Amino acid sequence: MFEKYQTEGFFDEMFASDGQPRPHYQRLLERFERLDRDEFERKRAAVDLSFMRQGITFTVYNDDQGTERIFPFDLVPRIIPQSEWQYLTRGLEQRITALNLFVKDIYSDQRIIKEGIIPAPYILGARHFRREFMGFRVPKDIYIHICGTDLIRGADGQYLVLEDNARCPSGVSYMLENRQALKRAFPNFFSRMSVLPVKDYASELLKVLRHIAPHDKERPTVAVLTPGVYNSAYFEHCFLARQMGVEIVEGRDLIVRDFKVYMRTTKGLHQVDVIYRRIDDDFLDPCVFRPDSLLGVPGIINAYRAGNISLANSIGTGIADDKVIYYFVPRMIKFYLGEDPILPNVETYLASEEKDKTYILENLEKLVVKSANEAGGYGMLMGPYASKEEIEKFRVMIEEDPRNFIAQPPISLSRHPTFTGEAFEGRHIDFRPYVLYGDKVSIVPGGLTRVALRKGSLVVNSSQGGGSKDTWVLAGDE
Amino acid sequence: MSRYIERAENTARLLDVNLQLMLDFEGMDDAALTTHWQPIIACSGQLELFKSLYSSSDSHSVQEFMTFNRENPNSILSCINTARENARMVRDQISGEMWEVINGTYHRLRNWDTQSVLDSGAYEFYEDLKNDALLFQGLTDSTFTHDQGYKFIQIGKYLERADQTSRIIDIKYHMLLPDPDDVGGAVDLAQWMAVLRSCSAFEAYHHRYVDEVQPWYVAEFLTLSPTFPRSIRFCVSTLDYHLRSISSTAGGQFTNSAEQQSGRMRSELIYTTIDEIFTEGLHEYLDRLQLRLIDLNSAIFETYVQQPEIDIGREIEQQHQQQQLILAGG
Repeated sequence: MFEKYQTEGFFDEMFASDGQPRPHYQRLLERFERLDRDEFERKRAAVDLSFMRQGITFTVYNDDQGTERIFPFDLVPRIIPQSEWQYLTRGLEQRITALNLFVKDIYSDQRIIKEGIIPAPYILGARHFRREFMGFRVPKDIYIHICGTDLIRGADGQYLVLEDNARCPSGVSYMLENRQALKRAFPNFFSRMSVLPVKDYASELLKVLRHIAPHDKERPTVAVLTPGVYNSAYFEHCFLARQMGVEIVEGRDLIVRDFKVYMRTTKGLHQVDVIYRRIDDDFLDPCVFRPDSLLGVPGIINAYRAGNISLANSIGTGIADDKVIYYFVPRMIKFYLGEDPILPNVETYLASEEKDKTYILENLEKLVVKSANEAGGYGMLMGPYASKEEIEKFRVMIEEDPRNFIAQPPISLSRHPTFTGEAFEGRHIDFRPYVLYGDKVSIVPGGLTRVALRKGSLVVNSSQGGGSKDTWVLAGDE
Repeated sequence: MSRYIERAENTARLLDVNLQLMLDFEGMDDAALTTHWQPIIACSGQLELFKSLYSSSDSHSVQEFMTFNRENPNSILSCINTARENARMVRDQISGEMWEVINGTYHRLRNWDTQSVLDSGAYEFYEDLKNDALLFQGLTDSTFTHDQGYKFIQIGKYLERADQTSRIIDIKYHMLLPDPDDVGGAVDLAQWMAVLRSCSAFEAYHHRYVDEVQPWYVAEFLTLSPTFPRSIRFCVSTLDYHLRSISSTAGGQFTNSAEQQSGRMRSELIYTTIDEIFTEGLHEYLDRLQLRLIDLNSAIFETYVQQPEIDIGREIEQQHQQQQLILAGG
């Protein structure tokens, strides 16, 4: 089914530019070539049905019938050879270590400002900087416990960091479910190809959560805090709670008494020590942040300040997601660790720097412009594909609020063979590994590979026509 | 969750049996169709709603109303939908297999409509639904820890089943016979046999009563049999057992109003005879029983499920005060 496959000048994960398969894809390719289309189609339908039955779906809004769809899943896995994975692991470890030191620093001594590495206004004026937590120490000095770092590969195959997600990165359930689905569809692949397992994620996560328990409590009670059943990631919240064997709670299941957080159960109140919260800072506590929030728990911040409850991630980590702060991460690595960054950033221009701004405004049609604090592919201008009106709209927005914008040259994302219903064609992909930070950094060998299913599209977000793939990290290089 | 699945299963069986029953009567006109179907809608308690939505009671409209209509809270689709939403709430507690059955049933149901069911043969459609419901009960039994949650599932199931059985027997009250002389005649007996089949009780009945189907015995069997798992007495006894095992209360005693009510009903069902029931009037007796099941349900809810809502406003105020105290204390 690969006879007519073309790399079309892009960096292709499976095929080198001369059309030869890369060594780590060789065995997979041999197996796929023995599949006929009908068999492939059958396996695909079976996988889709199983996602549907398990309820790994999202609801299509504006449809009163409550139509549910699965996130499209492509059966061709993305493969990462061991040596490449080790490189990524080193880079990600370095990055999360620096980011944690950074968050600790800006909420305590602010050395990075005092020593002139990052100008003060960028930090103090960041939307997700929580000045009210200045001087507050969190257990073990870990702020970012769970980080989803988005990686892409450009035309030369070099991995680049696109963004850090240090608040509530989602999608890890897909990493686990995609693997499950592929194992069912191709049971014989795995043993032969020595694919490293991802199944330890939940137990690793639980270790991290226990590690940060207040007062080093021996057997802490852990809970997952969800915005509720109607949240699009509820499946994932529930999935993780079940895998870890901990309770899943909504705000209304918790109550604060004497600066301690309790779960309301049929047998009375039960104290909770660590909360893996999947609610943003703003909605955590209606007493402190948004009074209109019905998702949160009144008083939870009091308990947090009193040191009786640990939150993962800590409050105030959103600053690391700010795309202007992203610009400074390579400098942070140098400043805190005295090392050169292993994983480079995408070249970035700050609209708030006069010289950069001039360049951005003169080259809008060539650049990708992003708002500093938006995610999901929103608040973005893809210069080369944008209409004149869109470009002018962004020009005005940048002039009005330069602090809120950055620009990057468009990256021609690497491509991966993907089934289109007819044949395999190259589609652009990215990669989100999940980094856990407890008594050590641990990264499950795998992650979420997202794929832009529309031909030529660079947008991999699930809300905009994206799908996903299983990601295999091999024990060796072939 | 389990109540709604039980209800969906019963509705599926009821529709299936009555569609088959119609095959025995040739050339039914509109009036005959109405006489046939209306008691069935009446027994689900939704006759008013049905009349406001449909102009005639034929196989198509009744099936649509009782299977797919979302405005009817007791339609199979509504029940499965509610069961699924409830299951989602306790998704972290029930087993993956239990969830997958409910979810799978829901999605399969969404692929059908009344016409496609009638076209392709209703028998298999309803058979699949019944099988899914039974699969769910079986999985609950074999993949779910038998502790408190399990007992509540059983209570829900048997409460619903007692109610459904009482309603199915009561259908006969609503079914008019073409002629008063037909009592005990062919149509009358066919209807009583349909009642038995709607409770999956046809064979069990014949094991117990070797004779022909007799209305008197059918009512006795479905109401008072101590061992048939769909009789009202059996259902009430079993739910009473599970209810008391939650609070570890011995038989003959009670610690809350739910146990008092279920214990009393259980005793009455044990010491009542079918003669007494017919003296009171079968319909009147069943009607009273249904009301008491509703009361029992509320009592269980009040005892175990209802948690006082948190007053968010008061919580916020209280937390602010605590914060003030710290600030004041320096």
